[in-house]
Amino acid sequence: MDIANALVAILNFVVIPAAAYGSQLALGALGVTLIYGILRFSNFAHGDTMAIGTAIVILLTWGLQALGVSLGPLPIALLALPIGIAITAGLVLLTDRLVYRHYRRVRADPIVLVMASTGVMFLMNGLTRLLIGVDEIRFDDGARFLISVQQFKAWTGLTEGLALRLSQFITLVVAGLSCWALFRFLNRTRSGKAMRAYSDNEDLALLSGIDPERVVRLTWIIATALAVMAGTLYGLDKSFKAFNYFQILLPIFAAAIVGGLGSPTGAVAGGFVIAFSEVAVTYPWKKIAGYLVPGWQPEGLLQLLSTEYKFAVSFVILIVVLLFRPTGLFRGKSF
Amino acid sequence: MSDGNHGFGGNRGMRDASIVNTAGRGTIDGTRRSGPVRPGPEAAPFLAARDMRGGYGKADILNGCTITVDRGQIAVIVGPNGAGKSTAMKAIFGMLDLREGSVQLDGQDISALNPQDRVRAGMGFVPQTSNVFPSMTVEENLQMGAYIREDDFRDTMDQVYALFPAVAAKRRQAAGELSGGQRQQVAVGRALMTRPKLLMLDEPTAGVSPIVMDELFDRIIEIARTGISILMVEQNARQALEIADVGYVLVQGANRYTDTGAALLANPEVRRTFLGG
Repeated sequence: MDIANALVAILNFVVIPAAAYGSQLALGALGVTLIYGILRFSNFAHGDTMAIGTAIVILLTWGLQALGVSLGPLPIALLALPIGIAITAGLVLLTDRLVYRHYRRVRADPIVLVMASTGVMFLMNGLTRLLIGVDEIRFDDGARFLISVQQFKAWTGLTEGLALRLSQFITLVVAGLSCWALFRFLNRTRSGKAMRAYSDNEDLALLSGIDPERVVRLTWIIATALAVMAGTLYGLDKSFKAFNYFQILLPIFAAAIVGGLGSPTGAVAGGFVIAFSEVAVTYPWKKIAGYLVPGWQPEGLLQLLSTEYKFAVSFVILIVVLLFRPTGLFRGKSF
Repeated sequence: MSDGNHGFGGNRGMRDASIVNTAGRGTIDGTRRSGPVRPGPEAAPFLAARDMRGGYGKADILNGCTITVDRGQIAVIVGPNGAGKSTAMKAIFGMLDLREGSVQLDGQDISALNPQDRVRAGMGFVPQTSNVFPSMTVEENLQMGAYIREDDFRDTMDQVYALFPAVAAKRRQAAGELSGGQRQQVAVGRALMTRPKLLMLDEPTAGVSPIVMDELFDRIIEIARTGISILMVEQNARQALEIADVGYVLVQGANRYTDTGAALLANPEVRRTFLGG
């Protein structure tokens, strides 16, 4: 039995990728949950907001690269990110002005806003394709690894290697920082509390002098910032492809619902639950089994589900949660 | 466009909490802009809502109803169900468009103001239900009450805590976890945080025990003694009239009897018709 090598293999193939993916889902789910909690509908356009935001970041990255800007080992996309967020936020605020504000004004049922967001989703989807095309784009420049397999093997003398890509490390750091900042904002600042108050009770927030339109704008800006960050980190970690961002909406919603819609803590927890289940279920455990049970040569790869079916994992978790704990792991607002 | 009851199948999408969030949805139109404030006629009472006519749809609920409150007075509106008591209060607060009539506060005609601006003009309103932010702590509820204030509001918060020691002990607890009576105290406290000149309470004792009700009325008297005018709609008419400086008995959206609380309690006709003997 070789526990050290088994642990390193689990860390390398399951924990690190799932943690990075989980952080990306968590950032996306935070945006979904904020819009659900405060604007009171599920924003189906969130995945494509991520896509168009990332496309803008990529264009800016190319521009900066053409200007010869370099961040050393860090990807230039990090420099383009704040500008990309600002531009995308402007775009989203324009959508709010042109589409959603009308429905708020006529006090339309929230379901109408859900359907409107589906329309916005298709629009953003098309815009992204027009802007940057449908091909797969890699835009991670700078150093590739923080810890490479060879380095790790040389340090530890283990046969199993461990790699930590810089993009994964950046994902974890950026996600951690933005969660910390968001929770601090919501719990400590006057504007953050006003957003929570509006989410709790719109009328009473109005009677307390909170400007509803300001809360709405702030919510869009924060959700967009989170979405563009999630999209850029996902693109750096894997690659950018418009269609993937449309698909990622499913695990993001699963994460938000599993955690409890309307609960930011839940969104983060949900993101990690979905990511870890997806990676664990689609990972071939044969190698690790070989370390733990010497002499066992299983027939198959010990892979529960082929990676093509990874979205089934989100679906199953979603169904189980909705059946047994509809309010999510952390009691959200959907009760 | 509203979540009406259309039986099975109708409007199902509104109930699917995994895509729509109807909890805490607003009813007040926050986009309506205020009109100008004009000086009112001289020598009017502190609050003078005169000849109010209006309702929600075509039919009027208020038919020429007049409510006035002087500074530091406690005014109570009582009457049978459907008499328009709460509607009168909402009209005074600007949550209802009036066809006729005017609302005057502290010498200013504020008939054209929206509810938000009436709060800034010095009105505090405690709705009957959903009157706290349930997921926020007691302290945060009070902070939100003071949202429009730029100055240091800690002394006002201390006053509120002194007035309601029971909620002071629970300042770090979520308001939604409190008992009905304590929640009502938080609701009144939140409204007091704006330092209103007129505090309006819509059935503050609905659903609380008689002991809590007595205590709440005691607190309301204390608040009135600090110079804040109180306007209150009450179901528990007898107890409310006992503390009222002036009482209004509304019937079908119009004033039926207006007198001091004690006089109304002594009036045999009022007793027989509205107070159950």
